[in-house]
Amino acid sequence: MTEHLDSRTDRFTRGRVVIVGASLAGLRTAEALRQEGFTGALTLIGDEPHLPYDRPPLSKQVLAGRLPVEHTPLARLHDLEASWRCGVPAVGLSLADGHVLLADGQHVPFDRLIIATGARARPWLHPAEAALDGVLLLRTRDDASRLRARLAAGSPRVLIIGGGFIGAEVASVCRALDLRVTVVERGPAPLAGALGTVVGSIAAAVQRDHGVDLRCDTTVTTLEGDADGRLRRVHLSDGDTLDVDVALVAIGPLRNTEWLAGSGLAADPRGVVCDAFCRAIDERGEIQERVFVAGDVARWPHPLYPDELLSVEHWSNAVAQARTVAQNLVHGPAAYRAHTHLPSFWSHQFGINIKSAGVPALADQVLITQGSVDDRRFVAAYGLGGRLIAAVTFNQARMLPVYQALIEASAPLPIDFKASDRPSDTRPLPAGFPAAPQPSPTMAAPTRSRAEHAATSAMAMEHAASRTSLTSDAG
Amino acid sequence: MPQETLFQESARVSNRANPYPLYAELRRTPVSRESDGTYVVSTYREVSSLLYDPRISADPRNSADPPPMYKNPNAPPPEPSFIQLDEPRHEHMRRLTMKHFGPPRSPGRISGMAARIGQLVDKLLGAHQGRQEIDIVQDLSYPLPVMVICDLLGVPLEDEPRFRDWSDILTSGLDPDPSLQNDPAFLQRIFKASAEIRVYMAELLKAHRRTPNDSMLSAFVNDPEARAQVTDGEFMSIAILLLIAGHETTVNLISNGVLTLLRHPDLLARLRREPELVPAAIEEVLRYEPPVQFRNRTTLADVSVAGVTIPKGAEIILLIAAANRDPLRFPDADRFIPDRTDNQHLSFGSGVHYCFGAPLARVEAQIALREIIRRLDGPVLAVDPPPYRFNPALRGPSHLVVNFERLTD
Repeated sequence: MTEHLDSRTDRFTRGRVVIVGASLAGLRTAEALRQEGFTGALTLIGDEPHLPYDRPPLSKQVLAGRLPVEHTPLARLHDLEASWRCGVPAVGLSLADGHVLLADGQHVPFDRLIIATGARARPWLHPAEAALDGVLLLRTRDDASRLRARLAAGSPRVLIIGGGFIGAEVASVCRALDLRVTVVERGPAPLAGALGTVVGSIAAAVQRDHGVDLRCDTTVTTLEGDADGRLRRVHLSDGDTLDVDVALVAIGPLRNTEWLAGSGLAADPRGVVCDAFCRAIDERGEIQERVFVAGDVARWPHPLYPDELLSVEHWSNAVAQARTVAQNLVHGPAAYRAHTHLPSFWSHQFGINIKSAGVPALADQVLITQGSVDDRRFVAAYGLGGRLIAAVTFNQARMLPVYQALIEASAPLPIDFKASDRPSDTRPLPAGFPAAPQPSPTMAAPTRSRAEHAATSAMAMEHAASRTSLTSDAG
Repeated sequence: MPQETLFQESARVSNRANPYPLYAELRRTPVSRESDGTYVVSTYREVSSLLYDPRISADPRNSADPPPMYKNPNAPPPEPSFIQLDEPRHEHMRRLTMKHFGPPRSPGRISGMAARIGQLVDKLLGAHQGRQEIDIVQDLSYPLPVMVICDLLGVPLEDEPRFRDWSDILTSGLDPDPSLQNDPAFLQRIFKASAEIRVYMAELLKAHRRTPNDSMLSAFVNDPEARAQVTDGEFMSIAILLLIAGHETTVNLISNGVLTLLRHPDLLARLRREPELVPAAIEEVLRYEPPVQFRNRTTLADVSVAGVTIPKGAEIILLIAAANRDPLRFPDADRFIPDRTDNQHLSFGSGVHYCFGAPLARVEAQIALREIIRRLDGPVLAVDPPPYRFNPALRGPSHLVVNFERLTD
């Protein structure tokens, strides 16, 4: 505990706050700090040269050519008066000395630190193939510009490696631009890692209806270049060879935590472990009161999903967690609020709006409760142990708030709304998630680290729950 | 005679000018079971969540006590229009209709009306040149939406005296007053009006098929996609819905807006200086004095809300006007704040049945209010409170006499 938080009434409003990560979570945390009354020195450190911009349009409107990439800066909700260090990545952290080390050798001292370094696209596994001209990733503005230029120039065939949301959205844009596109997915269906194979197989049918050459249970064996180092061909595990000049590698994220190596914090490629109040936890399982974590890089415990640490790449979580962090940082332990935001995300692909609430990937059952799969307008409810834990809508987003409330109430499954648009068959099916789940959302390994144990311990959750009710009563 | 419920009391004529204190009392029990078995929901969170809930039906055929026009023993019930349908038929009918009303298929239909609306307002106000008194309801906020909806739909304006009576009678079916609902003469009037307006509309739609013009009804009834999927009875029901809903609500919005501003002269002066605030002020009028005070629904399954389990098959009343004044949702909820931010009122509903005509209502009210504010010098209410229309569901003044010094250009 520092000098700034020595009584129930003391707020942390002066001193130095450093935010590492200058994207959505970092910017919104900075703004929320000012809104909460923080008047001290604020520094934002980002590895990209650009000021904070919005990522969701990059794989949609920007790629389709409907929105210039320069038109994606994030709206500013509050005057920040912050010091910006854009284009200089953080490379180290000393908790003992209270400073962040930058790539240019500078030390940036802090009284409070917020880690919001997010994630990056996982690169192709073979460095020589990844270096071929035409092998691209999609996470940043610059990535989007490069891919857009390729698509705009026309391409005989685009290859997308990975049938997750980025892969599906890019395939959708390719088809809208009338480009031939092949999607190679290692699992049995696209989107299956996030939505399971039942809903994933509906997504597969949608893709095929739109002319995508979708190949499931298939992998890329070799990306082949020519003498000039340009991508020319791809060899697939199904024995096929295709001529391609553009390959998008969309095989998931890696959390940006390398800079924390040696810091003592519990950080690995899955993220930084924190408690329900978003305070970082170190490798010994001790809470670091001065360090908070927000956005894609955070792994945090959620009261609805006990024994798990969630880490998501969701726009709405970054925004909500930014508010929790700022509130807790400024108002201190007496006013701590738990981060109980229900994970949710959206996607737009092939003319379909997909929305999700809760964590489908933890489910063991799924059932269609409303609408029609054939019309691509439906609600899928996901359950675990007979309780509703998530819902996914295809072109039925208006229905989601109802399910959200039921998820938060842990409603029993199967649910029968007697809804006028219920399908004839509402029996639950196995949700169809791979036995070993994808890194996102992360399931705690069977043998837990001390930090993971500390974050999910019953005491921490009870503490969180009591704080939540206290603050909501007071508010 | 059974004890009058709090909700029935709030709907009584003597409380028409100010039902809000009774609504505040109703909000103390967010979901209250009335002695007649109806459930009244009056708080923001609960009303808005039920508007989204798939267990809630808008279809009168699911109701044990359907609206009067469905009770005629001597005639088959009319096919419901989409306002009284559930998914998936609702969405289907609504989409086919929207195709000829708004984006993406008809993006210019409403915005293209703005100039015409401006001319009509100019004409209606201009008739008062040299006078010092205007009845806002009779001289402007009733005739304007009628002219606009006739223009838009392709309904002859000279038929207004005929459909005015039908519309009046049919909307009185929304009145929950039991002495009215149990009155055989009242039911007979509704059956008669319902039959007559259907005959009228059938003839009109036939004329649009014979001689199409550029109106919305012409486009709709001649659209091959719609003709393949919509029955003639449904075409009639939808056209009647558009005609009635297209003017019975907007009249209240404009009248309530003028009334509220004249009760707040400082805010009126401010809007005259800052006309760019008018759109936000209209949203606040919608929240503060909603043209539609409540909507009825039926539960398809047991629904737990705010600790109360509403049983399957129950009648529920979603009291939008009370939810809009819920202090848990809106700070200073009983104050009229024309530049209020975060003003997500429920006056156009929410969820799948969100008001079809909202964009048109907004354009009409914005233009009308802007011009009234700009052109009436020194306006004062002649009577406050004004007399109200009889209908508690569609609440607004029947006359709103305003004295002014002069009409500016």
